[in-house]
Amino acid sequence: MPSQIAKGAAVPGCAKIDPILIADNVRRQFGGNVAVDVEHVEIPRGLITALIGPNGAGKTTFFNLLTGFDQPNSGDWTFDGVKLAGVPAFKVARMGMVRTFQLTKSLNMITVMENMRLGAQKQPGENLLRALIRPLWKRNEDAITARAVELLTRFKLDAKSDDFAASLSGGQRKLLEMARALMTQPRLVMLDEPMAGVNPALTQSLLEHIRGLKNEGMTVLFVEHDMHMVRNISDWVIVMAEGKIVAEGPPNEVMKNPAVIDAYLGAHHDTDLGAEKQAKGN
Amino acid sequence: MDLILGNAISWLFQPITAAYALAAIGIALHFGFTGLLNFGQAVFMAVCAYGFSISVKFFHLGFWPAVGVAVIASIAMAFLLGIPTLRLRSDYLAIVTIAAAEVFRFIVSTTSAQPVTGGPQGLNQYSDGFYAMNPIPVGHYKFWVWDFNQDDLFAIVVSWLVVTVFAILLAILIRSPWGRVIKGIREDEDAVRSLGKNVYSYKMQSLVVGGLMGTFAGILFVLPTSVQPGNYGTTLTFYIWTILLLGGASTVIGSIVGAMIFWSLLSLTGDLLSTGVDNGTITFLTQNQVGAIRFMLVGIALMLLVIFRPQGIFGNKKELYFNA
Repeated sequence: MPSQIAKGAAVPGCAKIDPILIADNVRRQFGGNVAVDVEHVEIPRGLITALIGPNGAGKTTFFNLLTGFDQPNSGDWTFDGVKLAGVPAFKVARMGMVRTFQLTKSLNMITVMENMRLGAQKQPGENLLRALIRPLWKRNEDAITARAVELLTRFKLDAKSDDFAASLSGGQRKLLEMARALMTQPRLVMLDEPMAGVNPALTQSLLEHIRGLKNEGMTVLFVEHDMHMVRNISDWVIVMAEGKIVAEGPPNEVMKNPAVIDAYLGAHHDTDLGAEKQAKGN
Repeated sequence: MDLILGNAISWLFQPITAAYALAAIGIALHFGFTGLLNFGQAVFMAVCAYGFSISVKFFHLGFWPAVGVAVIASIAMAFLLGIPTLRLRSDYLAIVTIAAAEVFRFIVSTTSAQPVTGGPQGLNQYSDGFYAMNPIPVGHYKFWVWDFNQDDLFAIVVSWLVVTVFAILLAILIRSPWGRVIKGIREDEDAVRSLGKNVYSYKMQSLVVGGLMGTFAGILFVLPTSVQPGNYGTTLTFYIWTILLLGGASTVIGSIVGAMIFWSLLSLTGDLLSTGVDNGTITFLTQNQVGAIRFMLVGIALMLLVIFRPQGIFGNKKELYFNA
């Protein structure tokens, strides 16, 4: 039975029924090393897609290319029908395609609230001359603040809103970065390892937040190494290895794919190495 | 003793102090708020000093058109420095600005440029247009140990008015959403870029506005004195940086108070030492050594300040806890 997401069989580079992002022949070389060489990939709209693969597979580079933080040697990609190749990063973000970073980028010496406000778009006070005349941007600022308070409450950071972002814990910074990205009111949220360095207690709430994004109609694309998370929340999984897409499909089917197991999970992916050692010791 | 104290206190409100304060406010915008390492504030001051004085002396422009020329020259200089460097890491701006300041100083002091720039002698007598606007009646104005003529008083009043206007302007800017964006850029450019802000444009705006403050500082600097190429060396830039760090880099008021303290302290130590040498209290120094010694003493005072109060006088200690 064909899945409801892909048009045909779930093969690498398959067409989707309703794609939001389509990339063709995206290639990035660093010297002789081909970091990314994606022939064709489509990201389904309104769903959670996981991008997995071993270290050095080119996932983050691919993220950087799609969001304008790096320029490919060749390739084209469209977001909601708009060509994005060569578009600078800030314009990509304005179009509604926002990203977070593998190494969290909280803006440390400004407060949590100011971090949030910075995510808002179309604030007239960000223009140098209008900034001088408060009435021109005050009303807009109040609306932005109200939205920020709402998001901070949802991410349980409201008590911290007047503290410097530097005073937050690593996990809280991840939450802040995600909340700040949401301030841009995106259509596609790209999360680069949202779970890295987050303790198990916080993982559950982060998962809920990501599911929440989908419920609000946003598309989510995330890079992750945590297989439980991938299995838990993703609707579709794309596997990269050595810069190429090697497999894609619904999570349960992809995990069984021998190519994926070889490339990424390894033969012992289901055995608990710690427990095994213990058993031997006894 | 009254005279020594009076001298030191008079440095609190000299036009030169105002000029340094304003130049430091410009650097506060560049470094303290945007994170741009501008090690060439001297070039903004020099470009405008020459732009202004050459316009008056050579092209016989009036005061205001000459100020206009200085402003245009300063904006052009900001673009010249910013276009190649602002896409790169902040270190490159530091290298380019410090080099530009030196290059400019050497160009204007060459003898072949003498007919226009005055060469190593510099330029003077271009301030008539400014003093012609003086509404203060001719006379001597005495306060305590000071005695000003109408022109001194006018220069003092105008200088501090200009400083106040720019300080208020910067205070408004950094509390606005515009200020939020540039502070974000100081913390992490890529994060701000990922939120849809044109980082390059904001850095350029900051460079231009801070440079303009340097420009007006340059005019205040030369109005009561003369344009000397030797004044625009790296020492000028480093004094301004000292003043900025003394007051606190991410503050507005810090630059003003920093300039006042810096110049008063310099005057006080110099006067105390030379009086001591004169009346025989200090026997191990000669009058010629006093000039150098006072800079050493000020240097020690600044070192102590940076060690025991690294955020500057008005800085927020909290901001440093996290950087450590």
